[in-house]
Amino acid sequence: MSIVVDNLTKIYGTQKAIDGVSFSINSGEIVGFLGPNGAGKSTTMKILTGFLSPNSGSAKVAGLEVSENPLITKGKIGYLPELNPLYPEMYVKEYLHFSAESYGLKNVKPRVKKVIETTGLLLEQNKKIGQLSKGYKQRVGLAQALLNNPEVLILDEPTSGLDPNQMTDIRKLIKQLGQDKTILLSSHIMQEVEAMCDRVIIINKGKIVADDLVENMKSEMSANHRITKVSFRDDIDKEKLESKKDIISLKELGPGTYELVTDESVDLAQILFDFAIQSNTIILEQREIEKSLESVFQQLTKNV
Amino acid sequence: MYSILKKEIRGFLSSLIAYVVIIVFLLLIGLFTWVFADTNVLSLGYSNLDTLFLMAPWIFIFLISAITMRSFSEEIKQGTFEILRTKPITSYQIILGKYLAAVVLVVFSILPTLLYFYSIYQLGLPEGNIDMGATWGSYLGLLLLGSGYAAIGVFSSAITPNQIVAFIVSMFICFFFFLGFEQMSQLSLFGGLDSLVQSLGIQFHYESISRGVIDTRDVLYFLSLIVLFLVLTQFVLDKKKW
Repeated sequence: MSIVVDNLTKIYGTQKAIDGVSFSINSGEIVGFLGPNGAGKSTTMKILTGFLSPNSGSAKVAGLEVSENPLITKGKIGYLPELNPLYPEMYVKEYLHFSAESYGLKNVKPRVKKVIETTGLLLEQNKKIGQLSKGYKQRVGLAQALLNNPEVLILDEPTSGLDPNQMTDIRKLIKQLGQDKTILLSSHIMQEVEAMCDRVIIINKGKIVADDLVENMKSEMSANHRITKVSFRDDIDKEKLESKKDIISLKELGPGTYELVTDESVDLAQILFDFAIQSNTIILEQREIEKSLESVFQQLTKNV
Repeated sequence: MYSILKKEIRGFLSSLIAYVVIIVFLLLIGLFTWVFADTNVLSLGYSNLDTLFLMAPWIFIFLISAITMRSFSEEIKQGTFEILRTKPITSYQIILGKYLAAVVLVVFSILPTLLYFYSIYQLGLPEGNIDMGATWGSYLGLLLLGSGYAAIGVFSSAITPNQIVAFIVSMFICFFFFLGFEQMSQLSLFGGLDSLVQSLGIQFHYESISRGVIDTRDVLYFLSLIVLFLVLTQFVLDKKKW
């Protein structure tokens, strides 16, 4: 067990930021920590990294209680905080040297060189951090977290604010790092978590609402429902389609395009075909949509 | 601690703060000591550095507050403090590193004034006719005073993410410790406690050391002042709600 969180509670004033959160993460797992803004993701991460102390409960990293052995556990964690704070006036190499020294590392130079290579910062290493693009700044933040070769990586929204190419790059990098490290990363981009993580923990209003493998979570939620996207050539009478008894719900995506939820046993093709004839139109497209983690997330965190 | 100290000093150098502080300090002291009609050594006719030791505490109130105002404010505002705190170093090491960096800068701004000392030493009649005890005592006093201001500055910087607020608060606390207690004691508000109130101020001890007699009480006073503000800094940083 690399990370064990047990009944963790943190109170700000009268508000419970997290309320009795418990989970554990095995070594080598990549776990996505999902939740709407303000759900308590960052608070949990800040407690694990020893930046905040909890009001009650325990947080263990690599078998050690964080609050009792702060220096040891901090040495085993690599942490990328939310918004990736950096010193804009420092040079990339200078900053990484400083970070390495603050970890108390002995052979600073070769280690910094190695990490610069891993994170693809070779061409940027002599630039000022303030001059870098957001993607490269994110790499610097990651590099800083990797210097001590940590057992556990805690990444708070590692891809927020990046363009799609940069996002793919960072994801690749994280996936690659995950081969020999335990990673807990937070995000509210579902596809990202689906792409990178083995397991998902969903938190809402300070409480854990789901904790399962990505596939399990998806299949569980879509066990008896099916989502279908359908396009008609012409505009159709929405209410008439909605009134069909086998259609559980319907969402308009664009003119003539709808997303339908039905029972798995229903023969939707027949219903839609009949409907199209009645409405004097034709079906341009009918496609079953794989249930995404996004819909699971929305179901779990909506009005709970 | 060493890594933080190094980073801070590099920061002073790369942001030009170090050069500006040293140059402004030397320029002001130089003007007062050698040029301004009312205070220059040549027309006063005594071979001593009194002007330096009289003016330096005032100039330091501004300069040291300026040096230290960003030490924690900036880190808190930029969020980099979170990075520092999640590294395997204690908060004492962070505070001491930042504090010592400010002290190093103070030392390096005082050091060049030894040149003024040398000039006056040469100008004395006969050559070398200068009160050595008082001069070295005053240098020690100035160093302790600067170190005390630095601790106050670091503390002020920890209480707010706003550098300007930190600067003003630091100036006020420095000013209050330098002159406030002294002035309060002269209002005779506290009866028998007046001398105690006076001895809480920096000026009392600074002048005492300046006479050239190093009294352990004075040295202890400055050390306690420094420790007090550094401990308060630690307290403030630990109590902060993030």
